[in-house]
Amino acid sequence: MMDRRLWRETSFGVAGKLLQVNWLYVLMLCALAGVGYVALYSAGGGSPEPYAERHVMRFAVGLLLMIGVAMVDIRFIQRLAWPAYIVCFALLLVVARYGHVGKGAQRWIEVGGLQVQPSEMMKIALVLVLASWFHRASWERIGNPLFLIPPLLVVLLPVGLILKEPNLGTALITAMLGGIIFFAAGVRWWKFLLVTVPVPLIAQFAFARLHGYQRARIETFLHPESDPLGAGYNIIQSKIALGSGGMWGKGFLQGTQGQLDFLPEKQTDFIFALIGEQFGLIGGLAVMGLLALIILGGMLIALRCRHQFGRLVAVGISANLFLYVFVNIAMVMGVIPVGGVPLPLVSHGGSAMITVMLGFGVLMSVHVYRDVEFSAVGDRF
Amino acid sequence: MRRDTKRTGVFTRRALLLMGGQVALLGGLGARLYQVQVAEAARYRMLSDKNSVSARMIAAPRGRILDRFGTVVGGNRINWSAVLIAEETDNVEATLEAFGQVVPLDDHEKARIIREVHRHRSFIPVLVKDFLDWDQMARIEVNAPDLPGVAVDAGTTRVYPFGEQLAHIVGYVAPPTEADVAADPLLALPGIRIGRAGVEKYHDLALRGHAGVVQLEVNAVGRVIRELDHQEGTPGETIGLTIDAELQHSVIGHLGNESASAVVLDCTNGEVLAMATNPSFDPSLFNSGVPQAQWQEWIADERRPLLNKATEGVYAPGSTFKMAVAMAALEAKSLTPTDRIVCNGYIDVGNARFHCWRKGGHGSLDLHGGLKNSCDVFFYETARRTGIDRIAAMAHRFGLGTKLDLDLPNQRAGLIPTREWRRAQGHPWEIGDTIVSGIGQGYIQVTPLQLATYVARVASGRAIQPHLTRALGGEMQPDADLLDWPLMDVTDKWLALVRSGMFAVVNEPGGTAPAARLPDPRWQLAGKTGSAQVMRVSRAERENTNFNSANLPWKLRPHALFVAFAPYDAPRYAVSVVVEHGNAGADVAAPIARDIMMDALTRDPANRTPPTPQQVAEKSQ
Repeated sequence: MMDRRLWRETSFGVAGKLLQVNWLYVLMLCALAGVGYVALYSAGGGSPEPYAERHVMRFAVGLLLMIGVAMVDIRFIQRLAWPAYIVCFALLLVVARYGHVGKGAQRWIEVGGLQVQPSEMMKIALVLVLASWFHRASWERIGNPLFLIPPLLVVLLPVGLILKEPNLGTALITAMLGGIIFFAAGVRWWKFLLVTVPVPLIAQFAFARLHGYQRARIETFLHPESDPLGAGYNIIQSKIALGSGGMWGKGFLQGTQGQLDFLPEKQTDFIFALIGEQFGLIGGLAVMGLLALIILGGMLIALRCRHQFGRLVAVGISANLFLYVFVNIAMVMGVIPVGGVPLPLVSHGGSAMITVMLGFGVLMSVHVYRDVEFSAVGDRF
Repeated sequence: MRRDTKRTGVFTRRALLLMGGQVALLGGLGARLYQVQVAEAARYRMLSDKNSVSARMIAAPRGRILDRFGTVVGGNRINWSAVLIAEETDNVEATLEAFGQVVPLDDHEKARIIREVHRHRSFIPVLVKDFLDWDQMARIEVNAPDLPGVAVDAGTTRVYPFGEQLAHIVGYVAPPTEADVAADPLLALPGIRIGRAGVEKYHDLALRGHAGVVQLEVNAVGRVIRELDHQEGTPGETIGLTIDAELQHSVIGHLGNESASAVVLDCTNGEVLAMATNPSFDPSLFNSGVPQAQWQEWIADERRPLLNKATEGVYAPGSTFKMAVAMAALEAKSLTPTDRIVCNGYIDVGNARFHCWRKGGHGSLDLHGGLKNSCDVFFYETARRTGIDRIAAMAHRFGLGTKLDLDLPNQRAGLIPTREWRRAQGHPWEIGDTIVSGIGQGYIQVTPLQLATYVARVASGRAIQPHLTRALGGEMQPDADLLDWPLMDVTDKWLALVRSGMFAVVNEPGGTAPAARLPDPRWQLAGKTGSAQVMRVSRAERENTNFNSANLPWKLRPHALFVAFAPYDAPRYAVSVVVEHGNAGADVAAPIARDIMMDALTRDPANRTPPTPQQVAEKSQ
């Protein structure tokens, strides 16, 4: 076909592929992990134990994994999309049935001593499957509502399972992630309206069926001061940490909120507050700027890619990162309810780190294989 | 290709839109971050400081109480106690078991400790055993390896070196009640005690001092991370009393086993040199809570050890009241110094007959003789002529039946009846009431302290007020000089007449209290006996020659009283003695008063230069 000829078939060796890796992007990831090291060093009370050292080791492993995945042909990754999705879906079922209960929810399972949170893996698999589906879709087909039913199910089934864990935050992020890919693939505006307009009604219905702790989170988000020692404590302490940091911060290891354990879950969900307390607005904005560069860098990779699959995958992975970052920081600042969402590459947590780096590996593979000829298999449908 | 171009165009547009949206949302977060970290920074910084800085009060050492010569009568002692820090031991019960081998603990105590361990955070020390002695301390130290989590802690406890002897004056301290803590949260400090009685209560605020403040950095669960600031509190003020502890000691000795009370005043300035009450109690028991059995015993004791008889015990003054009656009559001119009254052993007023203590009567007497012989008929008649209201007014001027300015809580006023008072009770005043008032019986009730004050005023002619505080926080209190006190506004002649009557009681032949004569010829004591009936003696009993009130049950015997001052020519000390149910003032109370006065004159605390308040303060450092 015409388009195939236009696409330059690149075949290159490992050295050539390594050259193609966007090392500037990798450097930014390293910088972000460095921010994580500093923050976790402080969260450990001024010691590499117990968080910072392990964080760096995990990042090193993740980095190798990422480079490794980046070497894999994006077309091969595309072929793994459905199997990955099916495996993740099965894992979600296992979690729903046998998962460990942590903080009132079944979220993770143990595989060979490693804690796996299938909902995180599922997001990458979902991106791959959706990208794969729309990669094959012609512009006309995307306009066909029936064509959209299978991908909609692909999104809603795992979202339903995650909701049942229950993990409202991740479920919403997963749903929005799906929506962003639908949007990037070119689904018409009015169809989004059709889906989003009934949301408030559904939300009302859902609120009535929410678990007590979820309802408490939303209620204390709306009025944190009403319950300063209960569920509102986290938000208040986090805002105190940020606010008392001021413009320049209290200085490294000088944050009383963090050092004296007022800040809850400071090494995971609330690590941004720890940074804000010690390094002030300047430090907080710098970290946010770095995160923005990484997110926009992913979008640039999408724009430079010459095949729809890669574009959608890059958009999906960047969007996933954005959603993580936005939800986490907004939560720390008390803009949205607390959601149990870590800050990627900064928060402490092994399984999340590996998943995130896996995603960056796929993103980098899109970059390395941005110009390959990639037939829209869907044409044969 | 056409399709792809369209698809790619839409993708590019939408990707740029997404990027714009992402930047906008992150920008919004940045703006919010600015709002929290810069615009509202001051508020959050304040909240952060409040979070991490905990101000803790440290109790200031309680002020000491000294006698007039600087001897400690209420002080502080280090109290060694064993505490358990639960987080330093793996097994609290095993540690307590091991502790029990070293210093015995009963099951009740163990249960309390385990309860408190569960109630507090594991790093907060819980008291295991209080008031350890050296031996117990040594055994705990030696066995320290077997007692993980056990530490020895030094606190302070109140100590009263004179114990029972000064219990009613110095008072005692006790842990604050919940109501106290609600009124003043400072009292919630561990180990704090507040004055509950005596000087400890009267000067409680001065003795407490001001608590110090330690600013501590604490973490979210309250564990102390470090000390930021340490401000020592101001120790409580030192209180210097007018009491001479050694004199007090000897006074108590003279009271012996009687249920009795004695007061020694400096006539010239009202300083209370000794004020003894028998029996007494151990004030240190209140420090940590009086055992129930002990409390029951005190309450049940008919000799009322908890009562400060000198200020709260009220007695009919009996014949000791006669000087007041005499002065009222002299001032009212209802009796002149030379008027004579004939005593036939009784007097009939209306339908009633009132008897003299001497069956045959005293014959014709003037005032001097009336006092010397303590003739009842003489004073029945004098009272009848004078009227109760004039007698009451005179008695009040001498401090009887009034609340004195004594610096102690819980003083009773007693009572000198008037027509007005009786009317308020709903009864008319009967003439017979006046007659018995003439000999200090009937409704009249006074305290031993009032009696001593009364005698001191008779002796000095000044309206002295008894007081106990000589120096407060290094400042000498006023009123130490005779001239500080106003004159009594009773003609000197009348006072001299009464004083000479009191002299005759002791020193002239036929006086009622020869037993009170001082053995030392340098000094002469002037005094007056009193026996106050607590039951009415019936006519049948009176006519029974074998009747002797000494054979009555203890509770029904008359009280024995004696008041005195000395030296007669230059009065310095006033003494009152009340022996509950002691039967006869002349036989029981007079010798006690004599011995007390002898000690007072020999020691002469008023003329021995007490150290200045500064010297006392230095001594107490």
